[in-house]
Amino acid sequence: MFDDFFLRALLAGIGLALTTGPLGCLVVWRRMAYFGDTMAHSALLGVALSLFFEINLLVSVFAVAVGVSLLLLLLQRRQALSADSLLGILSHSTLAIGLVMVAFMSWVRIDLIAFLFGDILAVTPQDIWLIWLGGAFVLVCLVFLWRPLIASTVSHELAEAEGLKPERARFFFMLLMALVIAIAMKIVGIMLITALLIIPAATARRFSASPEAMAVLASVIGALAVVGGLFGSLYGDSPSGPSIVVAALILFLASFLPNAGRHLASIRTATGDRP
Amino acid sequence: MLMQSKPREEKLVSLANAGIRRQGRWLVRGVDLMLRRGEIVTLIGPNGAGKSTTAKMAIGVLRADEGSVTRAENLKVGYVPQKLSVDWTMPLTVERLMHLTGRLAPVALDEALQSVGIAHLLKAEVQHLSGGEFQRALLARAIARNPDLLVLDEPVQGVDFAGETALYELIGRIRDTKGCGILMISHDLHMVMAGTDTVICLNGHICCRGTPAVVSQSEDYRRLFGAAARGLAFYDHRHDHTHLPDGRVQHGDGSITDHCHPGDGHHGHDHGHSHDHAHDDHHNHAHDHADAAGEHHRHV
Repeated sequence: MFDDFFLRALLAGIGLALTTGPLGCLVVWRRMAYFGDTMAHSALLGVALSLFFEINLLVSVFAVAVGVSLLLLLLQRRQALSADSLLGILSHSTLAIGLVMVAFMSWVRIDLIAFLFGDILAVTPQDIWLIWLGGAFVLVCLVFLWRPLIASTVSHELAEAEGLKPERARFFFMLLMALVIAIAMKIVGIMLITALLIIPAATARRFSASPEAMAVLASVIGALAVVGGLFGSLYGDSPSGPSIVVAALILFLASFLPNAGRHLASIRTATGDRP
Repeated sequence: MLMQSKPREEKLVSLANAGIRRQGRWLVRGVDLMLRRGEIVTLIGPNGAGKSTTAKMAIGVLRADEGSVTRAENLKVGYVPQKLSVDWTMPLTVERLMHLTGRLAPVALDEALQSVGIAHLLKAEVQHLSGGEFQRALLARAIARNPDLLVLDEPVQGVDFAGETALYELIGRIRDTKGCGILMISHDLHMVMAGTDTVICLNGHICCRGTPAVVSQSEDYRRLFGAAARGLAFYDHRHDHTHLPDGRVQHGDGSITDHCHPGDGHHGHDHGHSHDHAHDDHHNHAHDHADAAGEHHRHV
């Protein structure tokens, strides 16, 4: 019933969602949504540089994302502008420079839309390997960084005082973000990566009693969104990347509506004074 | 109860002429301070005096721009920061908070929560705690680590007065039983634990230091706090009433009341005891605090 390309897309998307779940939770807890967006937007500059210098796309995107976040840290230290203004400047200027560069390189023909919004149906078996191995690597790193990251999310000073080296954890977390963005670009595209990080995490919040539970649940919800979105795009002939994000949004909205309401109501009746 | 164990002499942290500068301005400068195992040092001073800055410098959260800071090797710190807010997006129960910076033995966890009186809140989300309850949870977390050095930045902020007294008692007891050193910042200029060995009066630099009794008599202390300088209050442990396990109070004259009230003839402070903390120590505290109730203050 399914073609190979569809199975490949499912495998790739699910692998990515499993990785973005815990990472996305950290992005949400640490209020780094805009930071993630900035890193993602800078990926287009990475694409342009990769084409210009004829270097590996993944390496180029990763390097630019890391460079942008280091630049941000540097600028923040100087405290000339607020963090969100700096992010806005970096986010859109890297995207714009990338677009301008691509336009100037008349000798290359690239599908800009595929980079901006993803082309999951074109993933190759190599891509799938990359996603699953890269994703596993990211998750293993997160396990080791988990305690310092959680502690410094609650209080940076507390983590520092009690010897967890939060600054180091933050740096590695940034590298992991850059890696995931480089990997995810092909699946959902530059413009939509942050959605895959944030929406499943936000959906998981209401049903989670601990940070760990929320991380796992975000992965599951992300995978559901991928499956839902891909089937939606298959039957509705809609673009796959945006369809995944729409599916994630539907899950998010559903988490607020009747089911959650009934759940609350049942708790109230159980504890209420009705016989 | 106090000073049952002799303070061991091990030096935990020492600051020599230490200072921190930000944007051309010295936040605090010329701080000399030494803390040994079993000692309690309390920092007091007006807003912006550099109390928190000094504490952060002592534990290495801030690096001294001048002078030197020496810490014992592998110093285990338990820290209660002045400000801490948990984003509502993170599901965090009291139990998970306890494990924040390291695994704890279940016994240590239970014991610490019991001692601050919030064992019943183990499964509660920290975002739903009251300010006082959250402060107790933070204190329990720091204690449960069994640290060498406990750094408490206004540990009883938001805690009701009865609880405040009980927590100060607890802090004194921890020093005695665990033998750790305690660096404390008092949120109230006039409230200093009786167990404090040294009070350091800060205002960008060290104005004066000494035992609570010496500092309260000092000319610098009076100058620093002006009209507000009414002398330091501390607990003198006259042991004339008992806190029953159910939260009621048995007084020296044998009467039992649900709550303590200032001016009820039993003692001099408001306990406002509730069931959420249970301790059965015997204590009575002369005190002097500047609250809005406009009680009479004891003048030195």
